[in-house]
Amino acid sequence: MKLASTALAITLAGLSFAAQAQQITGAGSSFAAPIYGKWAEAAAAPTGLKLNYQSIGSGAGINQINNRTVDFGASDMPVSAADLEAHKLIQFPTVIGGVVMAVNIPGVEANQLKLTGEILAEIYLGKITKWNDPKLVEMNRGVTLPNLAIAPVYRADGSGTTFVFTDYLSMVDPTWKSSVGAATSVKWPAGNGAKGSDGVAATVRQVKGGIGYVESAYATQNKLTTTQLRNKAGQFVSPTMESFAAAASNADWSVVKNFAIDLNDEPGATSWPIESATFVLLPTDAKDPAQSKAVLKLFDWSLSNGNKIATDLLYIPLPEAVQNAIRSAWAAAIKG
Amino acid sequence: MAEAASPSAAGQAGATSFGANSLGDRIFAGLAKTSGVLVLLLLGAIIFSLFWGGLPAFRAFGLPFLTSTDWDPVQNVFGAGVSIYGTLITSVLAIALAVPLAFGCAFFLTELAPAWLRQPIGTAIELLAAVPSIIYGMWGFFIIVPIMGDYVEPFFIDNFGDLPVIGDLFQGPAFGTGIFTSALILAIMILPFIAATMRDVFMTVPPVFKESAYGVGCTTWEVMRSIVLPYTRASVVGGIMLGLGRALGETMAVTFVIGNTNRISSSLFGPGNTIASIVALEFPESPQGSLKLSSLLALGFLLFVISFIVLAISRLLLRTKVKQ
Repeated sequence: MKLASTALAITLAGLSFAAQAQQITGAGSSFAAPIYGKWAEAAAAPTGLKLNYQSIGSGAGINQINNRTVDFGASDMPVSAADLEAHKLIQFPTVIGGVVMAVNIPGVEANQLKLTGEILAEIYLGKITKWNDPKLVEMNRGVTLPNLAIAPVYRADGSGTTFVFTDYLSMVDPTWKSSVGAATSVKWPAGNGAKGSDGVAATVRQVKGGIGYVESAYATQNKLTTTQLRNKAGQFVSPTMESFAAAASNADWSVVKNFAIDLNDEPGATSWPIESATFVLLPTDAKDPAQSKAVLKLFDWSLSNGNKIATDLLYIPLPEAVQNAIRSAWAAAIKG
Repeated sequence: MAEAASPSAAGQAGATSFGANSLGDRIFAGLAKTSGVLVLLLLGAIIFSLFWGGLPAFRAFGLPFLTSTDWDPVQNVFGAGVSIYGTLITSVLAIALAVPLAFGCAFFLTELAPAWLRQPIGTAIELLAAVPSIIYGMWGFFIIVPIMGDYVEPFFIDNFGDLPVIGDLFQGPAFGTGIFTSALILAIMILPFIAATMRDVFMTVPPVFKESAYGVGCTTWEVMRSIVLPYTRASVVGGIMLGLGRALGETMAVTFVIGNTNRISSSLFGPGNTIASIVALEFPESPQGSLKLSSLLALGFLLFVISFIVLAISRLLLRTKVKQ
């Protein structure tokens, strides 16, 4: 491994910097790929580490780390305690991201439309089919809703975003929970599937009456028409960095093991109701402990110095207390 | 060009034969044999590994796996019904759209086009075949889908949606994506294969046949219908089957435009999925050892079987022609 990287560095004359850099490999979550890339770029000089991250999806990332073909795996879904035990892994969150609703209704502007989890569930169950449904009209007095068919759009590829969204619908709607449930891909009762966040965004933009869920960063970059949502406290909130951060800090991280927290539907008057952390998976029995140490060095640097980078990319940094808890978990799990 | 070169090449190979026991010859023969056997082994290994990987799914669901329309990753219930249906319906529709067009192209190129126009159009058709499928997917999604969604589908839904029976074909919201859009994109993708085969086989008709027909006063169309088509029927069908084989396995372009929904819809504009598209979409999020992964591998095996049958039929038809 070292020999190979040295040989590579020699052949790539001019990249003398790479010769000293220790290579670490990671794979998984495509949601987290941009921030890991930026963090690694910024951390390269101070830590001397070089990250090779493959954005192949959370499920595939879990497979890769279970097989130990990478130094760390990345998943948008917390891995269960039993699976962590079975595959000798520890997990910790790195950043938080919100999931927002994007709509395409003529005459409706960003964050004007008010929606609730129950209504979203009924839309995606195919029970509410028109934008001028009495339930929607009553909730949105002052907004003119047209007699237009609702075209629900979902991620057709297995996706952590789908898990977060369906998990939220399962929490707020018993019918959804019993008939569909939560997973990275589910049996959708209504709507059309599109490939990737870009596919969902483009479909919503193209289809009049469209509604879809995307990661918040994606919605902001693409200037999608987002909506308000009603949170657990009964307040309608707009998707902003503040409301995302409120939900993260109102969550009770102390009750969960392995940081496997579910950030959906958290209490607090200003909390955004749909969001989730993204996780890194690290082996406790690594063949080469130096590699695991290097991974920790990278994320230690990133948690300490990377908050600005994270917020620039519209991710929500972890609350201070959680960062400290993560560091003590590292100390306990990774020896040497 | 290719058919002109091959007979002379074969003649040369036959003429230049050195001592059969020279070492170089034996090594070369061994290498050639190995390459041939290797391909066979690879194919066998792929089929076997797909079957082996899919075995847990076949065991769990049995024969109903082929017809079940359920695909529920939460309950771990999987069925191939919708994807097999989607694969077949999009491919058959694509053939229905592409064959008349391909026939028109080939007819024009061999019988009607002025000599100076044959080369550019022929090359253009061959170039169509060289466009990567992801390009068709993106072009379909960003150009064709909005056109379908804004103009074509609303027109059909408004004007024909209320008619009895055939109205069922034109229902639902105008997403622009769906079975029909996929078939349209597939038709464009397989057009060059069918058109090129047709053109090539039309040119194999001995001129004396056609000249005799013209001699007794046949029109161009009559010559095509009574002389060229009967003479080349088997090869034409073989070419169509080649196109069908390509349409069955097409992944990227279809995934972009089919709507990716595991439901069978009576509407042409309704969403669906195909075996290739569901495998492409679900594969990255399928944990090892899961029934889902096994079901996807089982789907891959089924696609292999379907493609194999289609290709076998096409070979058979093309071979009949050669024997004549």
